Amino acid sequence: MFRLELQGITKRYPGVTANDGVNLQLRPGEIRAVLGENGAGKSTLMKVIYGAVQPDAGELRWNGTALELGSPRAARALGIAMVFQHFALFESLSVAQNVWLGLERGPTLAETSQRMTALGAEYGLPLEPARPVHTLSVGERQRVEILRALLATPQLLILDEPTSVLAPSAIPALFETLRRLARGGCAILYVSHKLDEVRALCESCTVLRAGRVTGSVDPRQESNASLSRLMIGVEPAPLSRREQPPGEVCLEVEALSRTPLEPFGVALRDVSLRVQRGELLGIAGVSGNGQRELLALLSGEDARSGPGQVRLFGHDLAGASPARRRELGLGFAPEERLGRATVPSLSLAQNTLLTRREPIRRGGWLDLGALRQLCARLLSTYAVRAQGPDAPARSLSGGNLQKFVLGRELDATPQLLIVSQPTWGVDVGASAQIRRQLLALRDAGSAVLVASEDLDELFEISDALVVMAGGRVSPRLPLREASVDQIGEWLSGLWPRAAASAAAAAGTAAAAAGTTGAPHA
Amino acid sequence: MLRLELRAAPSRLALYGSPLLALALTALSCGCLFALLGKDPLQGLALFFIQPLSSGRALAELSVKATPLLLMGLGLCVSYRANVWNVGAEGQFILGAIGGAGVALEATPHSGSYLVALVLLGGTLGGVLWAALVALARDRWNASEILVSLMLVYVAEQLLSYLVQGPWRDPAGYNFPQSATFAATARIPRLLSGSRANIGAPFALCAAFVCWLVSRRTHAGFRLLVGGLAPAAARYAGFSSRAALWTACLVSGAFSGLAGALEVAGPLGQLTPYVPAGYGFTAIVVAFVGRLEPVGVILSSVLLSMFHIGGELAQSRLGLPKALTSIFQGLLLFVLLACDTLIERRLRWLPGLGRASRAST
Repeated sequence: MFRLELQGITKRYPGVTANDGVNLQLRPGEIRAVLGENGAGKSTLMKVIYGAVQPDAGELRWNGTALELGSPRAARALGIAMVFQHFALFESLSVAQNVWLGLERGPTLAETSQRMTALGAEYGLPLEPARPVHTLSVGERQRVEILRALLATPQLLILDEPTSVLAPSAIPALFETLRRLARGGCAILYVSHKLDEVRALCESCTVLRAGRVTGSVDPRQESNASLSRLMIGVEPAPLSRREQPPGEVCLEVEALSRTPLEPFGVALRDVSLRVQRGELLGIAGVSGNGQRELLALLSGEDARSGPGQVRLFGHDLAGASPARRRELGLGFAPEERLGRATVPSLSLAQNTLLTRREPIRRGGWLDLGALRQLCARLLSTYAVRAQGPDAPARSLSGGNLQKFVLGRELDATPQLLIVSQPTWGVDVGASAQIRRQLLALRDAGSAVLVASEDLDELFEISDALVVMAGGRVSPRLPLREASVDQIGEWLSGLWPRAAASAAAAAGTAAAAAGTTGAPHA
Repeated sequence: MLRLELRAAPSRLALYGSPLLALALTALSCGCLFALLGKDPLQGLALFFIQPLSSGRALAELSVKATPLLLMGLGLCVSYRANVWNVGAEGQFILGAIGGAGVALEATPHSGSYLVALVLLGGTLGGVLWAALVALARDRWNASEILVSLMLVYVAEQLLSYLVQGPWRDPAGYNFPQSATFAATARIPRLLSGSRANIGAPFALCAAFVCWLVSRRTHAGFRLLVGGLAPAAARYAGFSSRAALWTACLVSGAFSGLAGALEVAGPLGQLTPYVPAGYGFTAIVVAFVGRLEPVGVILSSVLLSMFHIGGELAQSRLGLPKALTSIFQGLLLFVLLACDTLIERRLRWLPGLGRASRAST
């Protein structure tokens, strides 16, 4: 008997069929991947299983009996738990208080703490119940969410892209927890688009494309190429890049220390780095280690850098507005695409105007025709799938919105482009396109600075890496000298401090001589 | 079981239909109210919706009431769109009246016709000054603009009261707390002789057009819009939030001040303690009912002046309290906010829902 069986689940939204006759079967103790690009219908399917969305057609059988789930509450009562990609935790409350708040009835706070500690020990999820959430790393927050789900002793656990927030070193521990849980009879649905993980963890895999099931396979028997064929229909072309020595220094950050602007932000401590023309420098690190604060200081959203601390082509950027920096050739694509890189409710044409000044005529009048043309050109050049320049930004999928934002910045041919999490939540096809574009900009002689949590991505595109941990930046490491193990160690802040300044000096001197920074093949 | 569901895209029909639905529901509830008070509901509603439009004189009166509401509503739209919550238009209106009166009291029967322009300028400056205090407090000391602008209304009332009882009291006015009547040269010209309608109404309509043009067609309008919708995006784009704050405050102050000067040099003709008639607070309702859009504000300012006139008529003809006006206004805003839920959501009938939730418990 199946723990969960879906038959012909169909869900239509105006203009799009999110799920089209989806079948899925899950046995107790099975770990099944649900693989698909963004917009393939994974989220809708999970919401159907979790009772948050009612399907238009199809049947859902739970332990053999057909049922209709009216709400997540009903799903939880059956033993279905879900860990979302974005956490819902109160920063100022303790771990135990957060978990206790979410419980529907019953135990006292002390009992909850005890049960959490016991469960944590059982599944290898150590957590101190009394710690305030704002002191936790992202990985620890995820543990809170998983523990919260486990407290209900679920029969089915759904995880939505759980590794997107984890350091590589934390992933094996998560997998071990999930396997232990499965051995205890809990069925697991693992939503992801990362092929390696799916192959490492899951014994079965349902692949979705455009709302339909394109395959139900054993991922351990498949290659990455065959899985991505099922997922996107074609294999992405391999990346190519030009070998070139780096040019003049473009961005220089000297001994920058800053207290954070926001509560629970990260203080920057003695940050130094430099980026040269024709190179792509990667900033590795788990989010929340000061990347956000550093990039805001570079983009000018936080203009508090001291005199001489940040220089762009020799211009001191102290107090310079984001607009002034853009004039000097800086482009920036932040990790929040909705609400920061774009205004959700405004049209794509209006959003083009956030960083582009071409359609502004004398006296501040807008040339609406020119603006629409510019936007339409961006949409076609950068293959953004949208209804047109008038479509509101929030109507685009994550990947398409990122293509739009990056296209807007790339099209202005920046001398230095700073990108944060370029492919976060972006599907495989769009990710490949975005990486290719970043490399093309580098090949054309601009400098590119990429902050990413995805180490594979950085190893694929960077010329050199620095690591950020606890508000500090490591010495720079040319890619051919870097290994995943070493970067993994540095991610926890353990790089040789004493040698740091010497190594940085040697590194830049060598780079200036054009001997290092040669691209990694 | 009925259930609210998010729509995939906001409904355009609901966007424009919601104010009409709200109006219908308001009329319905007020009709019930009339019936409860023992009056004929149709007769009562006619006072609000038909009488104010029934004759040339009534229309002129309507334009006199709608003009300050339209001007102030426009200013508040600019402010609210930029996410600056200036609720003290009433105070800025009073300062506008004081500024206009200050100039008008200097007029003699022989002054040139340019003097009217100076009266309006004085009023505008008065409103700007009062709103600048709000912007300053927020900018320098991060004081809530809601509280500061609201409290400045009471300061403005006291200032007005001091002026009409002290330095500006009419020496020939039998000690009544009011200023001398302005010279004819300082009065706002009428549109037609014998009608109460003055040039304020076309003035306000032009202002609505300018607002529409600036908000749709200029970069400055765009910067304000972005600052209000998504402050993080404005920071990212490099649009100054301080500039947005000052612009929003000063523009709404200027519009309110202008409205005050038009009122005192138009229908009133002298400065009295009765200048503040609540237009500044009604204008908040006008701005929201008008969807923070210039065209919408034109319509809503007319509608709310109909309520105003209807309330007065209900008092004189049916012997009902004038507070009916406030009830109409309050109900309309309340019902509108409720109806706006339907823009992003829709009601759906889910026959299976009751069964499933029973099964789960």
